[in-house]
Amino acid sequence: MKKLLKPRHKGVEARTRFDVVFDTINLLLMCVIIFVCAYPIYYTIVASFSDPNAVIGGKVFLWPIGYTLDSYRSVLNYSQVWTGYRNTILYTAIGTVYNLFLLLPASYALSRKTLKGRGLITGYFVFTMYFGGGTIPFYLVIKSLGLIDTPAVMIIPGAFSVYNMIITRTNFQSFPETLREAAKVDGAGEFRIFMQIILPLSGAIISVMALYHAVGHWNSYFNGLLFLNSQKYFPLQLVMRQVLLMNQSISLDVTGMSTEELADLLRRQRLAETMKYSLIIIANLPILIAYPFVQKYFVKGVMIGSIKG
Amino acid sequence: MQPTLLGKSSWQARFFRYMKSHWVFYLFLLPALLDVFIFKYIPMYGIQIAFRNFKIKQGFLGSEWTGFKYFIQFIEAPNFVELIGNTILLSLYTIIFTFPVPIILAFMINEIRNLRLKKTAQMLTYMPHFISMVAVAGLISLFLDRESGIVNIIIKAMGGEQVAFLGMSSAFRPIYVISEIWQHSGWNSIIYLSALAAVDMESIEAARIDGANRIQKIMYIDVPTILPTIIILLIMRVGTVLNVGFEKVYLLQNDLNRDVSEVISTYTYRLGILGGQFSLTTAIGLFNNIINAIVLLLVNGISRKVSDTSLF
Repeated sequence: MKKLLKPRHKGVEARTRFDVVFDTINLLLMCVIIFVCAYPIYYTIVASFSDPNAVIGGKVFLWPIGYTLDSYRSVLNYSQVWTGYRNTILYTAIGTVYNLFLLLPASYALSRKTLKGRGLITGYFVFTMYFGGGTIPFYLVIKSLGLIDTPAVMIIPGAFSVYNMIITRTNFQSFPETLREAAKVDGAGEFRIFMQIILPLSGAIISVMALYHAVGHWNSYFNGLLFLNSQKYFPLQLVMRQVLLMNQSISLDVTGMSTEELADLLRRQRLAETMKYSLIIIANLPILIAYPFVQKYFVKGVMIGSIKG
Repeated sequence: MQPTLLGKSSWQARFFRYMKSHWVFYLFLLPALLDVFIFKYIPMYGIQIAFRNFKIKQGFLGSEWTGFKYFIQFIEAPNFVELIGNTILLSLYTIIFTFPVPIILAFMINEIRNLRLKKTAQMLTYMPHFISMVAVAGLISLFLDRESGIVNIIIKAMGGEQVAFLGMSSAFRPIYVISEIWQHSGWNSIIYLSALAAVDMESIEAARIDGANRIQKIMYIDVPTILPTIIILLIMRVGTVLNVGFEKVYLLQNDLNRDVSEVISTYTYRLGILGGQFSLTTAIGLFNNIINAIVLLLVNGISRKVSDTSLF
């Protein structure tokens, strides 16, 4: 009996009955929300490891039924997936480096209060956040530069993000001036100060920006759709689009097929379904794996951005 | 530096002294300036093809003037009303249904007392934001498949009729809006959570002493604190009412739902990039931008009058 009299919670103040009800409902609802957010992804993983017949027959819900790697095997046999993967890795790696090359020096320069024309240059950049030429003139510029259907089109156009520049500049502005002064006294030029003092001490913002851009490159399909025609340059997302969304229903002539041939056709058609789940997992794998570890950097980016915006 | 120059401190001398220490910064800015010039400002300059009969060979300037011909052609087109209607409806539904969710979610996460659970909730609700658009559209078409999709499997198990959602016009907008909520609500709640972190602890203490319960605390302390954030984000969101993201609509579009899924951006893509009607589609894009700007100014003005919060 005595146990019941003890306060049930260690909090400083006791919670009222209303608060207990509130917390319980809140927790329950939160669990539902978490389930809704996570289940589609979880189901995709489970389905990708399951027997196609079980998935199509509606037997798969919480764990793989008839565990098999067949669908992964058939995805990896598809050479387009490999070229897509290679292309995306290249576009992401080179593209992100190029993004940072444009972003970091420019943001640092604009964080210097002694820079003349600073307001004007900032205005020049910010104006493009509110007004643009639209898709068609952009397309025509790319076309006249001869970038259509080249890998460079996935990296070069519009690589400078004004929004990210504002975040990065805000971050550089909070840099202690004394450090720069000390380096100056020691005879370091502005270029050396940037390379050897500012950059090494800005790991957090560089990581945030690198991650933002990398995820952007990894997931982007719009530029590829607009500017690429050759399969060999397609990023993974375009390959995925072809497999997932453009599967013209194969209307094969089944008359005159033997029972074995029909059964094989049916098996392959069913495998094609779970193959899609596997492809989604494979294409998002780097992000899904890295996500738990880098999540805090993304959040940090939003926080820095919200102070200014 | 020569003493005479220093003494006189002529503007040339000051300029050279300034440039000596600052030229690096201009060099730092050069790549970004060029990138923006080529890929942002030249396309802006290219908008004039909306008023010209653009031919690729003749370039932006060489093509003959047509005045407002293409704007009139667009407005008089038989599908003009449908196109504008589709765009505005999809956009309005998206704003109405997706905008409140992150706010509510932020309050809910903010009220979780168990720190571990709070972190888990944040991590899992932010996650869908990082799945690519193509993958999300793929998931939608897989889950909603008439035969093998899990949604229809559940419907069937509960005794219902299987539905080919993606081939149904009436299902397009709900699918779009629900998937937007799923994908971005968690991520969009971050900004409100960070605003909630700024809530004054003393007023919370005072409210508690006065006997306020949790709902009252949310209503009278939390909501007023983050209201300016909410208003600013709402203005910005409403200011893009005609910008329905091309990427997802295009992925979810098919011939069966085109009567509701054809929006300005997908129409522009089909007619312009695939069809080569550059001048007409540029005119449509400009029309789109102008309507957005008008709406933004209008909403901003109303908000400034009503709530004292505004973008500018």
